[in-house]
Amino acid sequence: MRSAFTSVVVRDFSLAIRQGGSIGTAIGFFLTVIVLLPLGLGPDQQLLQRIAPGALWIALLLSVLLSADRLYQTDHDDGSLEIMALSSTPLEVVVLAKASVHWLTSGLPLAIAAPVFGFLLNLDAALIVPLGIAMVTGSLALSLLASLGAAITVGLRQGGLLVSLLVLPLYVPVMIFGVLASSGAQSGIDNSGTALIILVAIVLAALVVTPFASAAALRSYMR
Amino acid sequence: MLVLRGPNGAGKTSLLRLIAGLAEPAGGTLAFEEASLPADTLLGEHVHFIAHQDAIKLHLSVEENLSFWSGFFGGGDVAGAMTAMNLDALGQFQAQRLSAGQKRRLGLARLALVEKPVWLLDEPTVGLDTASQKLLAKMMTRHLDGGGIIIASTHIDLPVKSSDVLDFARLADRAG
Repeated sequence: MRSAFTSVVVRDFSLAIRQGGSIGTAIGFFLTVIVLLPLGLGPDQQLLQRIAPGALWIALLLSVLLSADRLYQTDHDDGSLEIMALSSTPLEVVVLAKASVHWLTSGLPLAIAAPVFGFLLNLDAALIVPLGIAMVTGSLALSLLASLGAAITVGLRQGGLLVSLLVLPLYVPVMIFGVLASSGAQSGIDNSGTALIILVAIVLAALVVTPFASAAALRSYMR
Repeated sequence: MLVLRGPNGAGKTSLLRLIAGLAEPAGGTLAFEEASLPADTLLGEHVHFIAHQDAIKLHLSVEENLSFWSGFFGGGDVAGAMTAMNLDALGQFQAQRLSAGQKRRLGLARLALVEKPVWLLDEPTVGLDTASQKLLAKMMTRHLDGGGIIIASTHIDLPVKSSDVLDFARLADRAG
């Protein structure tokens, strides 16, 4: 079962690298949003500093969503998904492997790039580390929830919009606590530690629930 | 070995998917050796299912495609599978550069990769040239000699011995 997990991870990761599209698109989109924001809002440095964590989180969320609908699409189209369903490996393991690769190729690189891009928004230097930690953690939940949306819409031609609508409500708590955890002290009270703990709790809950839910969705589609 | 015959749309693929557990019957039950299976029995992991799609990744090489499936199934004979379908010379080629027949051979090589008792083949000969059809027939004969089961839908006669034929057209005549 472990070898099946690593096989899927290795295959999908090398596919993502070779096709090149997914990582580049995610980072490019992320950078576009961050570059456009100060141009649209004007050069008020105080304002930018105040909204920087929130703006970075919104950009992260949208970039992760961008590639979400394709998570199972190719495997479904070329028949691999059915063959994987016909094995002793539970579909849950496949789901977990594919969500991990999605995280490795969208959430993780973005979370690493975000503090750097944050300079464009005059991000407070003291927030770089907490923002990085919150984003690396939170993006894991984003990828797991995206895999659920992608699994539900796997057979649909234009599933992208539906994925966004399905997943968006689930993304709200991740973003609220993610922003809190990366905003540091506000009006003298620092809740970021508590928020980070809640964020980790959300990730753990998603880790337990989404593989089963996604696998069930894939199975019910194939039947 | 059981050969399924019938016109397009007669239900050959649906029957194979039912047996594999990829579809649920609208009515009736699936029986195995005259003993009705409990509802949650999964034949799945004992089945090689060759569908219309070849389940190969175009951006991976022939060898990487087979290594993936071998890793996924927990160990398999990649070199042997490549030889069985005469893919040795193509090992380093990206699958997207293969012809349709070569892709089909790559899809079929999965049969030789891991041993599974039941083979469900849906039109396995589509796109294959005569030489490759012979290779497939050889693989099928070896599987049958080893006590394996094959259910295949096909329009052409494969040089494989002992075939029972289930003809969908004749079934329909009898029913109507």
